[in-house]
Amino acid sequence: MKSILYLLIGTFFGIVLFKSEAASWFRIYEMFQFDSFHMYGIIGSALALGILFTQITKRKGLKSFFGEKIVIADKDKSFYRYAIGGVCFGLGWALAGACPGPMYVLVGAGYLPILVVLAAATLGTLFYGLIKSKLPH
Amino acid sequence: MNLILEPWPWYISGPLIALTMAILILMGKRFGMSSNLRTLCAIGGAGKLAGFFKFDWKAQRWNLLVALGVLIGGFIAQNFLSPNDAVAISENTITKLNTLGFKDGGQAYMPQALFENKVFSNPKNLVLLILGGFLVGFGARYAGGCTSGHAISGLSNLQLPSLIAVIGFFVGGLIMTHLIFPILF
Repeated sequence: MKSILYLLIGTFFGIVLFKSEAASWFRIYEMFQFDSFHMYGIIGSALALGILFTQITKRKGLKSFFGEKIVIADKDKSFYRYAIGGVCFGLGWALAGACPGPMYVLVGAGYLPILVVLAAATLGTLFYGLIKSKLPH
Repeated sequence: MNLILEPWPWYISGPLIALTMAILILMGKRFGMSSNLRTLCAIGGAGKLAGFFKFDWKAQRWNLLVALGVLIGGFIAQNFLSPNDAVAISENTITKLNTLGFKDGGQAYMPQALFENKVFSNPKNLVLLILGGFLVGFGARYAGGCTSGHAISGLSNLQLPSLIAVIGFFVGGLIMTHLIFPILF
């Protein structure tokens, strides 16, 4: 039962990503050119409501649908991993025009070349795991 | 119904993304797409190569189901909800894309040069797709999250690390778009 719920939440999110055009390479390029408010509006409005929801959840100590206490973990404090990792991610995001969520969307939408991108992203993840101890964090 | 078939404006899409995160949190989970790539590595046996992949991936099954759903959502949106999937990007952007050699700005969802099957016989663009994907996967794990994990979830939780990461995303994106694209295309 829960499995079907996760599948449905994902399906909903996938439709939103496609229909909002956040999964379009063109929209990502346009965003980095500052030529349209569209992507900033999407991220900004999601964030405004996200902050509201997260802060209420934390302050009221809300319970999940299944009665467990909701724990929203803090990120580990550090600078280098977020700065360097973030820049690497941004370089790839602009080039491939897709972050991980939209990659799954585009596979479903039938763009075969995105499979190459997704496979490369998995390899990139593997590479990180292999050299993790040698990187500044 | 017609409104659903049109592209969705930002003030509908953004709140629906926040709703997705809210439902996942209320189910006791997290909103993060890139960690699935780590799970895929673990399923593929990468635990034998690095401790980073030695974890109980079955506990992440729920997120793989979300990702599978996202894929299904892409299929449904493309095939049943988008009679016209041309993305109405700004005239300015179309002009800049023309200069780079992308002639289909404003007429399609994805640029043909990179996302039509003919890319498989274009070694240069194929290498660019591989490079882009690799950087996304590497960078997301190094930074500990992607757009969903940092830009939406982390910033919603007012996390300074997520702010550093998101600034990094934009620094990288701006370098690629403004400094490297003119060399590549």
